[in-house]
This record gives sequence, C-alpha cells and structure tokens, in this order.
Amino acid sequence: MSAASFLGIAALVYTHGFYGLIFSVGWLVGWPVILFLIAERLRNLGRYTYADVASYRLRQGPVRTMAAIGALIVVIWYLIGQAVGAGQLLHTLVPQMTYRQSVVLVGVLIIIYVTFGGMKATTWVQIVKAGLLLGGATFIALGVMAHEGFSFEKLFSDAVRIHPQHMAIMKSVVPIGAKPNPIESISLGLTLMFGTAGLPHILMRFFTVTDAKAARKSVLYGTCFIGYFYILTFIIGFGAIVLVASNPAYLVDPATGIALKGGGNMPAVYLAHAIGGNLFLGFISAVAFATILAVVSGLTLAGASAISHDIYANVMMKGTATEAQEVRVSKIATVGLGIIAIILGIMFEKQNVAYIVALTFSIAACSNFPILVLAVFWRGLTTRGAVLGGYTGILGSVGLLIIGPTVWTKVLGMGPAIFPYDYPTFVVLPAALMVAWIASVTDRTAGADAERRAFEAQEIRSETGLGAEPAALL
Amino acid sequence: MSTELTVSRIQGDPKFHQLVRQRDGLAWALSAIVCAIYFGFIMLIAFADDFLTQPVAAGSVIPVGLPLGVGVIIASIVLTGVYVYRANTTFDRLIHDIIQDASK
Repeated sequence: MSAASFLGIAALVYTHGFYGLIFSVGWLVGWPVILFLIAERLRNLGRYTYADVASYRLRQGPVRTMAAIGALIVVIWYLIGQAVGAGQLLHTLVPQMTYRQSVVLVGVLIIIYVTFGGMKATTWVQIVKAGLLLGGATFIALGVMAHEGFSFEKLFSDAVRIHPQHMAIMKSVVPIGAKPNPIESISLGLTLMFGTAGLPHILMRFFTVTDAKAARKSVLYGTCFIGYFYILTFIIGFGAIVLVASNPAYLVDPATGIALKGGGNMPAVYLAHAIGGNLFLGFISAVAFATILAVVSGLTLAGASAISHDIYANVMMKGTATEAQEVRVSKIATVGLGIIAIILGIMFEKQNVAYIVALTFSIAACSNFPILVLAVFWRGLTTRGAVLGGYTGILGSVGLLIIGPTVWTKVLGMGPAIFPYDYPTFVVLPAALMVAWIASVTDRTAGADAERRAFEAQEIRSETGLGAEPAALL
Repeated sequence: MSTELTVSRIQGDPKFHQLVRQRDGLAWALSAIVCAIYFGFIMLIAFADDFLTQPVAAGSVIPVGLPLGVGVIIASIVLTGVYVYRANTTFDRLIHDIIQDASK
C-alpha cells in the first residue's frame, strides 16, 4: 500500500470514474494468491529476496545477476511513480517552487533518508505512516458521506451531474475517450494481479515477523486494511468529483474542464482541503508525503541491495567482499538511484501515478513472477531456462513499454506508438514462461540434471521449513 | 545427523504426504477460486461491459459492476481468512509432528 496508489487511484476515479475501480480490485487480489502459494514456501526456504529464491538450487552467478537486474528495473520504474506523486504534492503545497525543484528536493531527501536510515527505521516508519494514512483517508471518506447524507445513491448521482462527462463515468470500463479494448483489459487484469507477486520489496515484508503463525496473521490484517483502503479511495475519488470539480478555486480553468492546479494526481489532496480546511490539508499532505518517502526509501534500499549484495558481493567479488565494501557500494547505489528517480520523475510529470505504478507491475509480472513460480513449483527448471526466460521477461516488457503509448507517445512525444497496448503482460508473460520451459527441457548437461535432482530437497524444505527455522518449529 | 537422512525420512513419512496433499490442495483450490472470481470480473469488463454498466435498479446511476467489484475485494479477504485459520490450526501441527519424527 502506498500513498502514490492512494493519490493515483483517487485521480483515476476523478477523471475516468468506474475505470479506477479495476485498479483497486486488481491490486488487492494479488495478496491472497501470494499467501496461499508463494509466501510460506519462501519463508520455509529461509530466502528473503527473489534473487535468493531463484538461485536456491540453480547456479548463483548468472541467475542472481538476472534476478538482480529484474529487481532493479522494477524498483526504478516504481520510483518514478512515487517521485511524481511526491513532486506534485510539494509543488501544489508550495506553488512558489516549480515542479522540477520539488522533484529534485524529493530526490535529495530520499538519498539523505536512506543513507542515514536503514531497514529497521523504514519498516517502522512504514507501519506508522500507513496507520495515519488510513485514519486520514477514513476521515475524508466520512466527510464525503456526511456531505452526501450518507447515501451512495446521492454521491454517485451528484458525481454524474457535476462531471463534464456525466453518465460516461459510470458507463466506461476503459479510460474515458478510449475505445473498448478487450485485450488491453485482460492484459491490465493479468498485470495488476501477478505484478504484486513479482515486486521485490513486498516479498521481504513477510520475513520481518518472527514465526509463521504471526506472519500469516499479519498478511490477513494487511489484506483487510488494503481492501478497506481501496474501497475508501473509490469513495474519495467520487467525492472529489462532487466537492473539488465543482469549486473553481481548485481548477486550472473551470470553462475548459476539471483539470486541477498543481497536477493531475491531486484530487484527494484538494478534497482534504474541501473537507477539513487548511489544517487537515496539512495533515494529509504531511502523511502522504512521509508515506511516499517511506515507500521510496524501502524501494531504494531494495534496489541498492540488489546492486551491492547480489551483483557486487555475490557475483563480482564471489563472496570475498568485506562488509565495509558492500556498504560503500550500497551507498553509491542509493545516490545513483536517487538521481535516476529525479530525472525520470521530471520526464513523467504529466502521467497519472496509478498508471506508472501499473506499468511497473507489468514488468514485475513479466520478469520476476514467472521465474519465481517456476523455481518454486517446477522440478524441471534449470539455470539456462531461468536466465533465458528471465531476460525474455525483462527485455520484452521494458522494450514494449518503451515503444508503447505511455512512453513513446506521451513522455517522449515520438508520435503514434509502435506497440499499441499500454500493458505488454499478455504477450510477454506467456513468452517468458515458454522460453524458460523450452530452454530447460532442452538442457541436457550434467549440471542441469543435478539441478533437477536438487528439487526434492528444496521441496521438502519449502513444505516443512526443515532447516530454515528449527527453533520456531520445535 | 545428515540433512540427506532427514530428507529421506521425511519422504517416507505418510504425514508428510498428508500435509502436502491437504495444504497444497487447499492452497490451489483457494487460489483457483480467487482467480476464477477475479478473472470472471475481468472477462466481464473485457467482453460484457454492457452488463457491468447497467444500473443496479431502475432510476439508479450505480452500475452493477460497482457492488461486484467491491464483492471481489471482500471475497479475497474472506478466502485469505479461511486459509490463515486452517494453516494456523491444522497444518502447523502436522509440520511439527513431521519434523519431530524425522529428527528422532
């Protein structure tokens, strides 16, 4: 759960109505499946990152490099969404600062925060901020419902009356103005669900709790809160149509439409102002801003550890790096990631952050997710299959995203997109699975046979946790 | 005691096979239900948007898809609860027994 998805979904609903609900639903349903099929096995294996699991019984070097690159690319795309959200927020609150200056300031704050913080701080910060965000969102939703006499019927009919597209916000299952497109809808559906399972920083969360019982319960509470939060966000989006779009003070030009001052991702922030005045606006902005910083720090840490732990310490130095060296590489990586986030955050200024996050999910769903699933469930996966399949997913999804409508047309301004779909998942996910399968079954080397035989021991451990946490079990 | 010995003991333990069968059965069944509900919803969006966007009642502006979408979210939460309950009661006991038998 991130503040960017809060701002982004509310903004999607504000502009496109019903369409935003698909994002709320899709982002939630990934969780139960992760819990049922993947989380417990990874925990039992005693492996904490996607790279660790993928290389459990396969050759360290190539698999770890591939997994670390996949994790890194997902982290960088995810950072864009958060940087745009935080940048617009700062720019809206302090109009004297330009959007660019805001994004640069956000990037610098992230670098300072991560360099001096560390994992423990960010985990706690996440929990506290998430609680405050949930409380704030509840207050906004209650304010909306109080204004509408606690009638959903009145809320939605007022929204239909005020929104310039009127009934279209209830009738369109695609972005308003786009043609209905079944393939795009299915691809979006796949992306949202399976992308969650491929996010490098989400898997790590399951391991910060001590025993399996508590970990499962925390996933249950988490799922409840996120589901509740996404339903709230939906009310907030429609509430923003009623209370924000009707107030010319928030709009760029009331004559031409409902575009907002300060950026397209801000309806929830203005709604906070409409309901609770300046004081509450300050509270929500501070919480949202702090949540974004916390998420970004977690992401930056995951990215920096992919570089320092996986690529540098395990692959380049073959495990001979000292801790001091690893920490230094990690700090350099943090600064590098912060700078990349600033540059891309400026390029993606005009895009909806929920879209950007969804594009991130499509990379995760195409590259990390298939290899993770095959490594855990399929005896036949070999190093060659994992590496070729993984790179197919990474290169395929990133390549098609770059020549797709969002990046090619909207961000780079290169004219009509070469690849007409926003989400490449429906092509690349099956392709990655196919390549991994073909490359594995045709692998006849002795090393591949040993890797297949090692599956038995891996399976027993992933089912029982044998050897991973004897103290907790006995 | 070597890990290989433990591994082969566990493989011979009927309780291990019972655990794998029961837990994997439940996990896959629940996953299949979540996927069926969710992709059912997505398929309606892709191919039957007329159905989803019709009003819930005459004179209402609320489309049928809205309560359905909220229903998908609630169903996911309920199924998560089912799994957590079963895992925390039945499966953990089985795992405990298996590991103790194998390390005797």
